[in-house]
Amino acid sequence: MNTHLRFWLGAAALGLALVAGLRLLGNDYGYFAGYFVLQYVVLAGAWNILGGYAGYVNFGAAGFMAAGAYSAIVVRQWLGWDLIPGIFAAAFVAGLLGLGTGYLTLRLKGVYFSIATLCLAVVLQTLVVNWDYVGGSRGAYIIHARDIPPFNSYSEMLFIVMLALAIITTGIGRAVEMSRLGRGLQAIRDNERAAEAVGVPTLRLKLVATTLCGALMGVAGAPLPYYSGYLNPEAAFSLAYAVNAIAMPLIGGAGTWAGPVIGAVLLASLQQAATVTISSALNLWIVGWMLVIFVAVAPRGILGWFRRRA
Amino acid sequence: MEFDLSLLLNGIVSGLLLGGLYAAAASGLAVSFGMLDIVNIAHPALMVTGAFTVVALGTWLGLDPLVVAVLQAPLFYVFGIGIYNAYHHFFEKRGDEALQGLAFFFGVMFIIEVGLVMVFGPEQRFLDPSYAYTTWRIGDIDLPLRMLVPGLFAMASIGGLFLYLHRSFTGLAIAAVAQDAEALRLMAIDPVRIKRLAFGISIALASMAGGALVVVQPVEPSSGQVFIGRVFAICIMGGMASLPGCIMAALLFGVVENVTATFFGPSWSPAVAFGWLLLVLAFRPQGLFGKAA
Repeated sequence: MNTHLRFWLGAAALGLALVAGLRLLGNDYGYFAGYFVLQYVVLAGAWNILGGYAGYVNFGAAGFMAAGAYSAIVVRQWLGWDLIPGIFAAAFVAGLLGLGTGYLTLRLKGVYFSIATLCLAVVLQTLVVNWDYVGGSRGAYIIHARDIPPFNSYSEMLFIVMLALAIITTGIGRAVEMSRLGRGLQAIRDNERAAEAVGVPTLRLKLVATTLCGALMGVAGAPLPYYSGYLNPEAAFSLAYAVNAIAMPLIGGAGTWAGPVIGAVLLASLQQAATVTISSALNLWIVGWMLVIFVAVAPRGILGWFRRRA
Repeated sequence: MEFDLSLLLNGIVSGLLLGGLYAAAASGLAVSFGMLDIVNIAHPALMVTGAFTVVALGTWLGLDPLVVAVLQAPLFYVFGIGIYNAYHHFFEKRGDEALQGLAFFFGVMFIIEVGLVMVFGPEQRFLDPSYAYTTWRIGDIDLPLRMLVPGLFAMASIGGLFLYLHRSFTGLAIAAVAQDAEALRLMAIDPVRIKRLAFGISIALASMAGGALVVVQPVEPSSGQVFIGRVFAICIMGGMASLPGCIMAALLFGVVENVTATFFGPSWSPAVAFGWLLLVLAFRPQGLFGKAA
């Protein structure tokens, strides 16, 4: 219990230090860049729960994330709910989506799940493009207040929300890793048949993991329309999210709670820097190459590299 | 909408023609995914690359897209061998196919797609052959050559592949490696060499399918994404390693998709692909034409 408490206190302290530091900096761009990095901490952490621990590859991060973003838009238009209830709605919808996809495909070999998630993104995009209520292919606008009292600016509020989500996601990942669920998922990754034979309820654990993974990805997407003020299907379903969600945990070290955080901070900062200085097509290309080179040369990621040496 | 028989007939016929294109796209995957158990999700992206090189070379040489597609196939064969060598060295040999191998192909797909945007730009490319605007009419049914010629081209290339796999020694070895790689070793045949060769063939088929694709529709760097669902659905429905099953599934798929597009609008057709894939995976994972495992 002690280590859990220490983790949460440490994470909270780190978060407060980040907010204080950015306030001192006093530049709105700091919040925007920080949000960009933190959304990937959530996305990579979510991917890691299924991909890292259980070894099941989810290619549909963009689809789940967009499902979350559009859930937030729908509840805003339909019920007038704001960001925070929108996040809960996103978690619910994307979690359900994860459960459904998992239920239909997870009884088979793992690659079928991967293929299904890959197609899921394409099909969800078709549905959204055809759905006029959320703007169809024209996209949807979210108009928000300029300032919200306790915060200095709207972007600071978004940053703090995303920071909280990133801490919660990392904490969930850590809790999963240390719980029976995590150990069961690791057993599935190492040898699913053997795990089944010794009484690990493999299908149930996998379904819990896909639901959790989908829900957290949805959460990562929910503030996106608020962040950009406008969302169209092309931006929401961008393949960049899917490739980053895989590349970050694998580069940081999949199957450890800290791996996705390291990978996300590293890769997202790099991309943010490259977008500002070079072109955005080139920086995506770099991410693709980094993914391929890392999985080939350092399959256990940065953390695995250090562990082997220690 | 009022039910219209000739509309339905035309929908079915052009669906069959479209299915020919899908068969070309899926046949290479039936070799790599079906026979070699290599989950090459970059296959559609390689097909689109083939389409782009067809446009570039065809414009430069002033040749028919399908002729260019045949001429460039050896290049893609060599490229495929390169990809397989990397895959084998880093993943297959280490037993890391499941997680890292999948991520590798995903990375390759992404690199190809972004690379195409950087080289050719994001806009659509096309190359119309001379027959593109001719349409034969049989009674009420239209047979546009833009669809018919690539469909026949696809059938011819799959037929060639079928003969190769069933008549030649190496072809039989490819079928054997799909069933038992270790037994092949006992016959003093190196399974890795056979797999390398087969994977090269699958990529060459992808590039030829790219040539067929260019005749049917304009291509853009992200055209491959819609095909991922289609080709994997077709491959699985067809019973993975079976070429006749692949053709049957592709034709059926083309008809269903096209009839949906005729009656509900073309923007819904990708949803059909996914729905089919999920249904097949949920209820008949061995495929419509496959045997139970």
